[in-house]
Amino acid sequence: MLDATKKPLVSVKDLKMHFPIYAGLLRRRVGEVKAVDGVSFDVFEGETLGLVGESGCGKSTCGRAVLRLYDITSGAISIDGREIGATPQTALREMRPTMQMVFQDPQASLNPRMTVENIIKEPLDEHTKLSDAEKREKVGELMDAVGLNRKFAKRYPHAFSGGQRQRIGIARALALNPKFIVCDEPIAALDVSIQAQVVNLLEDLQEQFGLTYLFISHDLSMVRHIATRVAVMYLGKIVELAPRDGLYADPLHPYTKALLSAVPEPDPSLARSTQRIILKGDVPSPSNPPEGCNFCTRCPSVMDICKRVEPEYREVHPGRFTACHLYNDTIDTAGSTAGHEAEGHTQ
Amino acid sequence: MPDGALPVLNVRDLKTVFQTRGGEVHAVNDVSFSLKPGELLGVVGESGSGKSVTMMSLLGLLPSPPADVRGGTVMFDGKDLLCVTQEELRSVRGGKIGFVFQDPMTSLNPVYQVGFQIMEPLRKHMGMTKRQATARAQELLELVGIPDAKRRLNDYPHQFSGGMRQRVMIAIALACDPQVLIADEPTTALDVTIQAQILELMKELRDKLGMAVIWITHDLGVIAGIADRVMVMYGGQVVEHAPVKELFNDPQHPYTRALLKTIPKIHGGRAARLTIIEGQPPMMTGAPTACPFRDRCDVAFDRCAAENPPRYDLGEGHDAACFFDARTGGPRDA
Ligand SMILES: Nc1ncnc2c1ncn2[C@@H]1O[C@H](COP(=O)(O)OP(=O)(O)OP(=O)(O)O)[C@@H](O)[C@H]1O
Ligand SMILES: Nc1ncnc2c1ncn2[C@@H]1O[C@H](COP(=O)(O)OP(=O)(O)O)[C@@H](O)[C@H]1O
Ligand code: SF4
Ligand code: SF4
Ligand SMILES: [Mg+2]
Ligand SMILES: [Mg+2]
Repeated sequence: MLDATKKPLVSVKDLKMHFPIYAGLLRRRVGEVKAVDGVSFDVFEGETLGLVGESGCGKSTCGRAVLRLYDITSGAISIDGREIGATPQTALREMRPTMQMVFQDPQASLNPRMTVENIIKEPLDEHTKLSDAEKREKVGELMDAVGLNRKFAKRYPHAFSGGQRQRIGIARALALNPKFIVCDEPIAALDVSIQAQVVNLLEDLQEQFGLTYLFISHDLSMVRHIATRVAVMYLGKIVELAPRDGLYADPLHPYTKALLSAVPEPDPSLARSTQRIILKGDVPSPSNPPEGCNFCTRCPSVMDICKRVEPEYREVHPGRFTACHLYNDTIDTAGSTAGHEAEGHTQ
Repeated sequence: MPDGALPVLNVRDLKTVFQTRGGEVHAVNDVSFSLKPGELLGVVGESGSGKSVTMMSLLGLLPSPPADVRGGTVMFDGKDLLCVTQEELRSVRGGKIGFVFQDPMTSLNPVYQVGFQIMEPLRKHMGMTKRQATARAQELLELVGIPDAKRRLNDYPHQFSGGMRQRVMIAIALACDPQVLIADEPTTALDVTIQAQILELMKELRDKLGMAVIWITHDLGVIAGIADRVMVMYGGQVVEHAPVKELFNDPQHPYTRALLKTIPKIHGGRAARLTIIEGQPPMMTGAPTACPFRDRCDVAFDRCAAENPPRYDLGEGHDAACFFDARTGGPRDA
């Protein structure tokens, strides 16, 4: 419930993460990739904020920037009451157990020369004073929790299939009972039955320890299941953010509409008869975004103004944010208590 | 196998074992399937069920040791790929059979520009000049929806997002107009709008080139949308195989039935909790002597622990490896 007692654990304001592009013999800086270009959102304590959007739109960069795995270009990030947007990396170390990440690419995050047991145990070695026996027991529990057979403890990552490797990464992230976890496509490599187990597990842990998640995924059905609220990103910006039920029942932004219509239905007859909005054209390059609205090159509802003026990201109904000129006439309801959309509050 | 047209690829009784310090892992057990020209075979199954190892085995991509392809035949183009020379195999791979694998072993090389990596098979298998290959490479990148294709040919893999890297890999697989494309979870990390585009592209290429496709995915929604036939794997074996509508409307194997219940939906009611399949995947040590699903199966009975069920032909191209007859609610052969 989004009641007044909800307070943000994470608060992000106008976050930008631009990567320089170098070219030529002298490796001169010739431009920048605006991977994340001014996003603002809160993640409330105990909630799951889903972050969805097209490949390359900046979801991972956003998640990593929020955890300060990068030195960000600009913006403010507050986690658990501490402003960390500009904190030097060395000073962030003590914050690390609080905030963890489960990565999209399990391969890159697992040391091939360590056994599974040691991989999961490493954060316990670094940040706890548990005895060896306690650590081993904890590792066993974590392996159970993520659906890995304990007998695999002495094996190396290469002996596991992609999905099994991802489970190792999740066990490791859970080891220190963090408060805030950025899950970057954590279930993308898992088959559906294990996805369900992991999602149920994430939900159990959330309830038990009051965990807060930023859940990055391209699986809109799963996000519908797990998220409290959902943010939709396109080309470095959030185009819509809304409570889950409102977003799925009544998407506001034309991109959200296209996105939802593209979701594959697990029903062969339906899947072949449904009329989809197949977006034309390519996602523009984040080093050279279009003028005006970022979506104007592909938007089925594009208007003249869209090619000139960037739409403002604002709360158009209580709890519902979007950046689109179609809603320019909608009264800014931020702060007011409009009755007819009260449903947006209770989601 | 109820196959009318001559299959372009025919795999019989494929068997692959890994030697590990903990003993043998029987990753693929007597897997058989065939593929007709222009047909799209979907392969689903739990992580570790042997989907990737099956495909890597038939392409000779597994290092030996630890892998040992112990038996079977893989007929392609009049030859058994398990018997041909390494050289012949190399010319088939990336040429007449294109592949996109989730395994990093066969993914992009970080030290070469993406353009170079797309051009390599074009020059090697198609004998193109540098200029022709460059033009084709740009075309292929555009085909898979990478913006700014010309400039990005000079970029290195790390400069692409995960999803873009996967699209590059699809471009490489399609480079030589393959007869068979083997795609191992190629759209897993992709956003649905791009996935929808790629699935459209796949159907188009298949119609245009008569290319047959093996599409491995855990997304039953994708399978529902594009597959002609579906093969469900569990514990290194094919447990069910059917035309796509049959599989979704009338699943016969207990694993398939459970699997279909675990997927969340985008429409309709939202379950408070997802259904899961209790228990853990089998260890696969030693050759199977019992049904691999028996520990997790809600209709298991004595025979399931004593014998490994064969694939029972259920008619209409549908078969299932289970002693329990879901249609009668009793044991088979009783
Ligand atoms: N280190 C880097 N240097 C240059 N560009 C980068 C770097 N990392 C990411 N980018 C670019 O930033 C953009 C966003 O990348 P990001 O990895 O966040 O995408 P994503 O939404 O996670 O996509 P996917 O789901 O496909 O991984 C892309 O255009 C990518 O090419
Ligand atoms: N190099 C290896 N050494 C030992 N076992 C392996 C190796 N590669 C895969 N396996 C095992 O083979 C089985 C099948 O794996 P795989 O085919 O990758 O699964 P998936 O269906 O997810 O693709 C798993 O039990 C896995 O642990
Ligand atoms: S602002 Fe214009 S182009 Fe952008 S999403 Fe809205 S209608 Fe489409
Ligand atoms: S053979 Fe027995 S244990 Fe195996 S799936 Fe069928 S009923 Fe279940
Ligand atoms: Mg990503
Ligand atoms: Mg695999």
